[in-house]
Amino acid sequence: MKRHLISAADLTRDDALLVLDTAEELAQVADRSIKKLPTLRGRTVVNLFFEDSTRTRISFEAAAKRLSADVINFSAKGSSVSKGESLKDTALTLEAMGADGVVIRHNASGAPHRLAGWVRGSVVNAGDGTHEHPTQALLDAFTMRRRLGDLSGRKVTIVGDVLHSRVARSNVLLLATLGAEVTVVAPPTLLPVAMGDWPCEVSYDLDAVLPKSDAIMMLRVQQERMNAAYFPTVREYSRRYGLDAPRMAQLPEHAIVMHPGPMNRGVEIAAEVADSPRSTIVEQVANGVSVRMAVLYLLLGGSESAIGTPGAGE
Amino acid sequence: MNIVIKGARILGGDATDLLLRDGMVAEVGAGLSAPGAEVVDAAGLIALPGLVDLHTHLREPGREDAETVESGTRAAARGGYTAVHAMANTEPVADTAGVVEQVWRLGREAGHCDVHPVGAVTRGIEGRQLAELGAMADSAARVRVFSDDGHCVSDAVIMRRALEYVKAFDGVVAQHAQEPRLTEGAQMNEGVMSARLGLRGWPAVAEEAIIARDCLLAAHVGSRLHVCHVSTAGSVEIIRWAKSKGWQVTAEVTPHHLLLDDRRAEGYDPIYKVNPPLRTAEDVAALRAGLADGTIDCVATDHAPHPVEAKETEWAQAAMGMIGLETALPVVQEAMVDTGLLDWAGVADRMAVRPARIGRLTGQGLPLAVGSPANVTLYDPSVRFSVDPAGFASKSRNTPYVGLELPGRVVATFLRGRTTVLDGKLV
Amino acid sequence: MNAASKQAEPAEEPAECDLRHVAGSPGKAVLEAADIRRALTRIAHEILERTKGGDDVVLLGIQTRGVTLARRLADRIADVEGRPVPCGSLDVTMYRDDLRMKPARALGRTELPGEGVDDRIVVLVDDVLFSGRTVRAALDALNDLGRPRAVQLAILVDRGHRELPIRADYVGKNLPTSMRETVRVLLAENDGRDAVLLGPKDSLQGAQ
Repeated sequence: MKRHLISAADLTRDDALLVLDTAEELAQVADRSIKKLPTLRGRTVVNLFFEDSTRTRISFEAAAKRLSADVINFSAKGSSVSKGESLKDTALTLEAMGADGVVIRHNASGAPHRLAGWVRGSVVNAGDGTHEHPTQALLDAFTMRRRLGDLSGRKVTIVGDVLHSRVARSNVLLLATLGAEVTVVAPPTLLPVAMGDWPCEVSYDLDAVLPKSDAIMMLRVQQERMNAAYFPTVREYSRRYGLDAPRMAQLPEHAIVMHPGPMNRGVEIAAEVADSPRSTIVEQVANGVSVRMAVLYLLLGGSESAIGTPGAGE
Repeated sequence: MNIVIKGARILGGDATDLLLRDGMVAEVGAGLSAPGAEVVDAAGLIALPGLVDLHTHLREPGREDAETVESGTRAAARGGYTAVHAMANTEPVADTAGVVEQVWRLGREAGHCDVHPVGAVTRGIEGRQLAELGAMADSAARVRVFSDDGHCVSDAVIMRRALEYVKAFDGVVAQHAQEPRLTEGAQMNEGVMSARLGLRGWPAVAEEAIIARDCLLAAHVGSRLHVCHVSTAGSVEIIRWAKSKGWQVTAEVTPHHLLLDDRRAEGYDPIYKVNPPLRTAEDVAALRAGLADGTIDCVATDHAPHPVEAKETEWAQAAMGMIGLETALPVVQEAMVDTGLLDWAGVADRMAVRPARIGRLTGQGLPLAVGSPANVTLYDPSVRFSVDPAGFASKSRNTPYVGLELPGRVVATFLRGRTTVLDGKLV
Repeated sequence: MNAASKQAEPAEEPAECDLRHVAGSPGKAVLEAADIRRALTRIAHEILERTKGGDDVVLLGIQTRGVTLARRLADRIADVEGRPVPCGSLDVTMYRDDLRMKPARALGRTELPGEGVDDRIVVLVDDVLFSGRTVRAALDALNDLGRPRAVQLAILVDRGHRELPIRADYVGKNLPTSMRETVRVLLAENDGRDAVLLGPKDSLQGAQ
């Protein structure tokens, strides 16, 4: 049975801990002179990127290559996709190439679900529209665990455009699975109108939440939100929801500052905060490779996947 | 050709016979026979007046790959329909006498059921200038229902003028209620599910605000308003209020909004993508109650055929709409009859009598009594079946019910005494 | 998810899963705690002899029970020589040739002593030597970690049936077995007691 990693909700607590523990072991490989394991030799991983995201693609590529998989990068620009080929036809092409794993980034929410119904390989969601980005959540959890230890009972605050953020969705789900207490903070316009089943608290007041946060995660403000009446001006957003040095001083001493990148310095995060020792932003990038190695190994390394949900139609 | 229907239960009542002669119901009673008449054994079957659909997309002219008047009316006959209203959003748009007469003529030639073209309210359904409503009303197609369906007549002035203008020929404006700014890029009902799935929300208020405004406009100018595919509990409330004022407001609900809710979107299969979107289970319950108490006048299919490739895609890129003619009666039985909300007389009222009245059809939706045109649907409510679109007469396969088990089966349909469907098959 | 839900044959099965040691008929004990203690003491002395005092020796235990054995050997050598011996652990999961025959499993820890392995005499330590495939994987793993001057192999039980040209330098006990039998090593640190069990495959593996 093939399995996929499409939503952070696909992971049980045991699954999530297995990924994080495995990533912890695999992180050592980065420190060796030979940064390669033979585990996925002869397996093909396709990076199917319909949306530009150099950092995520490189991270997955490095992860697959360190496991000795053959990596095929397929980006929509300049390919048949930009000439109107459908996702389904692209999926059939991947089938013909014998892809064992497909890492997909797509601007449409749910595209990985659709793909999983059309290919035999395991599908890994590398970000779909405004839905989810589960490996980002895993690397964030990995980063937090390294800095803070066990996450159960830890208080994590996620600040910004929750409505459109796949990072926020996956993080809320995964952190709840791992026992953390999550609070999302945003102007009401950037929160879903109905969050009935989200396992988190909601606040409009960043300053009230800061002193009880063990980790604070700042989300990127997308350019297209700035002109769509979600908030009056960038300046006002920054004043109410940006993390600057005085606000950072309100955090407990051990608290860390996170950002999935790319940052808008001076908008959601001040430069001095981004560059402070509390910031884990560079670590997050490094940890991304280890976590993605763990995901690829656990999905593709054995006779069947060790994590994730059964695929559609199987 | 004379036909004797033996042992049918008219509107679910006691078994009786019907003699159809010269296109009319000639006799009703026990032990009927006529020399040379074809005999149809209807033991255990319900007899309903031939069903009337106020909202059908036949796609011709323009998208004959999805449906044609011929294939769509075959599907209608198989679903027990003797009349359908063909929506105006074709290519070219049915906004002139020429186009509506073409559709009307194609329907006559096909002969599976009556086809009543709906005229566009505005030219090109662009919402800016009124189409030639009078010319369409005066044409051979005798258009009485006008709609920009697929688009909302969102401009309050245009809507007001349309409502006023159609009074001259007893027409009705059927509004697709969707506030455009509130639904830019919208993908599914805005609520818990859209928040989880990360699909752009389609708020109920975008429908309700337009319905409220249109009710007030209709009241102000003393016109008839018909509300297409009501999908929210709030809409039902507003229509109930408007009716309590005595305003001339009617409304329809689709079979799929009576049965399915937005949790269907979970797997991102766009077979469940439709306009208006599937709403919550609470909305479904309110729609059922509204149809049961008559707040919602009728069931209309919004049969919306699409080719396979329009649905085998990402959710956001997929076309909106579902086919529904061949499953409407079973879905209504499942949602309304088997739940005890509506009896068969109620089904006849909501699926034949009232839609015919709203569309000002004279020979449809009449009681199965001596002297009525012989438009009859025979229906077996006792069987259950698994929906398999492979057997559909429609050219398209985009049914949300595939694999679902539903009750009932249309056994026969008669259009003015002529058999269009017998033993579930087209004649 | 259980790493041991399927048995690959005929690859050797390191005694890694506690579940196998609990229920069912445990098989016959062919070595008791005292035998194991004596065997390890002898191996410790042999290592010192063969490496001329063990100055450059690094002990690397193969996960899971090999690690326990390596630590015990290190303790014994330290007792004899009066100085600590570098000791580490090696997880060979990612190098196994039977990975695709079972579900992906959790990784054990690979931990090299601070001195590393370059120019050292690495003694790999494992509980049972069977087909030789685990040792092959360990040699490959070691190759990616550095360049030892020499690699030797210490084993508690050699049960025969090699599938690769691999032999042990230090053997606690040669145990002739049939392919229908299974050897299980129990160690106090992992299993609560010391013993080596020999039994029919079903009684030891089918306990789950």
